[in-house]
Amino acid sequence: MSSVKPIPKKLVEQGEFFMRICNACRYCEAYCAVFPALERRLTFGEGDLNYLANLCHNCGSCLDACQYAPPHEFQLNFPRALAEIRGATYEKYSWPGSLAGLFRKNGLGVSLIAAASLAVFLIAVSALAGPAMRSAHSVAQGAFYAVVSHNAMVLSFGAVALFVLLAFTVGLVRFWRDTGEPCGALASPSAWARAANDILWLTNLDGGGEGCIYPEEEPSLSRRVLHHVTFYGFLCCFAATTIAAGYEYLLGWLAPYGFFSVPVLLGTIGGIGLLIGPAGQLWLLWKRDPALSDPAQRGMDLSFIVLLWLTSLSGLLLLLWRETAAMGVLLAAHLGLVLGLFLTMPYGKFAHLVYRAAALLRYAIESARPAPKFGAD
Amino acid sequence: MDLSQPVDVLVLGGGNAALTAAIIARRAGARVLVLECSPKEFRGGNSRHTRNLRCMHDKPTDVLTEAYPEEEYWQDLVRVTGGKTDELLARLTIRQSSDCRAWMVEHGVRFQPSLKGTLHLSRTNAFFLGGGKALVNAYYRTAERLGIEVLYDTEVRDLCLKDGRIQSATIARNGATHELRAKVVVAAAGGFESNLGWLKEVWGDVADNFLVRGTPFNMGRVLRVLIDNGVEAIGDPTQCHAVACDARSPKFDGGIITRVDAISLGIVVNQHAVRFYDEGEDFWPKRYAIWGRLVAGQPNQMAYVVFDAKAMGNFVPPVYPPFQAPSIAALAQAIQLDPAALTATVTAFNSAVRPGRFNHGILDDCCTADLSPPKSHWARPVDTPPFFAYPLRPGITFTYLAVKVNDRAQVLLQDGTPVKNLFAAGEIMAGNILGKGYLAGIGMTIGTVFGRIAGQEAARHVLG
Repeated sequence: MSSVKPIPKKLVEQGEFFMRICNACRYCEAYCAVFPALERRLTFGEGDLNYLANLCHNCGSCLDACQYAPPHEFQLNFPRALAEIRGATYEKYSWPGSLAGLFRKNGLGVSLIAAASLAVFLIAVSALAGPAMRSAHSVAQGAFYAVVSHNAMVLSFGAVALFVLLAFTVGLVRFWRDTGEPCGALASPSAWARAANDILWLTNLDGGGEGCIYPEEEPSLSRRVLHHVTFYGFLCCFAATTIAAGYEYLLGWLAPYGFFSVPVLLGTIGGIGLLIGPAGQLWLLWKRDPALSDPAQRGMDLSFIVLLWLTSLSGLLLLLWRETAAMGVLLAAHLGLVLGLFLTMPYGKFAHLVYRAAALLRYAIESARPAPKFGAD
Repeated sequence: MDLSQPVDVLVLGGGNAALTAAIIARRAGARVLVLECSPKEFRGGNSRHTRNLRCMHDKPTDVLTEAYPEEEYWQDLVRVTGGKTDELLARLTIRQSSDCRAWMVEHGVRFQPSLKGTLHLSRTNAFFLGGGKALVNAYYRTAERLGIEVLYDTEVRDLCLKDGRIQSATIARNGATHELRAKVVVAAAGGFESNLGWLKEVWGDVADNFLVRGTPFNMGRVLRVLIDNGVEAIGDPTQCHAVACDARSPKFDGGIITRVDAISLGIVVNQHAVRFYDEGEDFWPKRYAIWGRLVAGQPNQMAYVVFDAKAMGNFVPPVYPPFQAPSIAALAQAIQLDPAALTATVTAFNSAVRPGRFNHGILDDCCTADLSPPKSHWARPVDTPPFFAYPLRPGITFTYLAVKVNDRAQVLLQDGTPVKNLFAAGEIMAGNILGKGYLAGIGMTIGTVFGRIAGQEAARHVLG
């Protein structure tokens, strides 16, 4: 693991000082999980900071309420400090380490990879498919494979999926080691249930009840709602693909499927979600207090949103025009975008899903233990 | 806005009491202008640093446990003030504290169960979700929605008090002064704790070593102008809410995180390494507010709390890490005390400790014998390394010198008659009720209750 990139010392020192301020103040305790979690600690090592940074949903309520926020001399911008550490952890945990640099120049990295994979697809496809690429199509079973061969599709996507899985497994192991939590602690069904609830409902994005101070000074649930639309849109698309695979391998039904088939319905609903959700989140990013963000991660946020949106758009266009001569190009573009999206997952904003989920699981595990009692109650 | 036009209600100050009065008056139909001397980022005066208000209640509520009846509340107040209170105003405050929370929620304030480490307050004090700045932000949002004008960075320089009325206010803004006319004025501009010159005037040179935990913007200008113009002052100018703070804290605005809660778990010595007060006199939440004055009475206004490894982790940690050493002598060197003197003090203390069953949750039987001053509870030998110390300074939160008011929040002249169009709320009049000592959360209660009264009276005065 010699390639693991450590968290910059400056971030650790600043984070530690901020944690001590928050632990002595505690006014924000009811906003989210970060505060009860930090109150369980007396000292804050790098592992603690990395865990707490990944627990933070960056909603900004604590900054709005903070009596020590800039221009106070403590310059306590808690969400931004955690965002900076979080960004550094994505780099630290990423595998292979040589690709960690992609995180820094992420906007560029993602676009390059996506574009490259797209191009490769288009070229390979047109070369292999020949005239099928530019002719009109029926929606007869197997029509897609006339354009991109079945084997090419399975091989490329299979390889990418395995790679992503491996990269995140390594990342998760690195994260978990950092937290210092024994692996045996994972054998708690109630912790998994609580974490699942926190992930699926985004319970930490309610700002303690009426919504987060996000994107502007008014309490609002817009981020939570739009994130749900994005997340469940993504899940629908994922489910559509999985069911389609089932159709093919278990039932022998080959794509494309009818408009009212389960995979197409799910894909359509999910696709619409992935148009609305990311666009809405982009709008929130645009409107929110710029003090909340780490400018170094703007490219990462943007490229993930744009890639999701383009993937969905290309998929819906493909559905709309799959019986026309544009089908070949659209299919290749869509597959290229999906491939690019997946390939960059371990190095982009998608990583937040993995480490946030792991942090919430860790939170559920430690919350079940009695809290240490500091104070004269 | 056009400052040459008169307003209905001019509110001086921008904290909890000021905004409460402004919102009430605006909702009644008056045109309201709020003058906040700080920039927007630091708006809210000391309310920005608060976290709860003390509420009377008959039965458990959403965030309060059990009951806190009027009589108990009143007795608590009598006890901490030593009777330096006005029973009429105090009981009025206590009674109205039971229904002000609904009004606060209606205007954007959110509550939460008591914070970890504050369980002792879960019965008596309702905590603001996110603390005082979140409350202040909620009120400013409400004020904006209601069309209340707010001017930041705007200081009141003078008030013209003639024929029993405030005729005008002189304000300074963007380097220019303006003469502002208003039908009614609400003075809710806080005390004078940020005014180092004034503190020195009443405390002498020792004030140089005070930390101001609260806002840097409470210069006491409105308070002083009113007193100089014949308004009746009430209270001892040296009385204030002062706690023992970490000496490394900022001069201003350090707030809650500078407070050192380790005192009842260790011993406190002055610069000569000598103990000077019973650290275990009573429960810490009941006694923490006396330690500011106690430290102020020591040479150079400096003290140190010393404790050992047994106490670590049993108090809410303050922001700065403690000094740490493997022996008492080494610790003394780290905090620049005489090692022999500190060792002697600790040895004498340790040998005076009687055996007992330590329990920080009750007034336990761990005490010293034949030691002066004694430590009455939670006395355990300071003998388990590593040893720790926090340096302490007096930290002032707010002052008690006040303008005298009646139960309609009218400000009274020295002859006892009220100024016809002047009402006061918050810290500037809290000394009527809190003449001495401190009861957690009562400042916000007084501010809210009198803010409401002042707002209602102001609106009535304007609209008839």
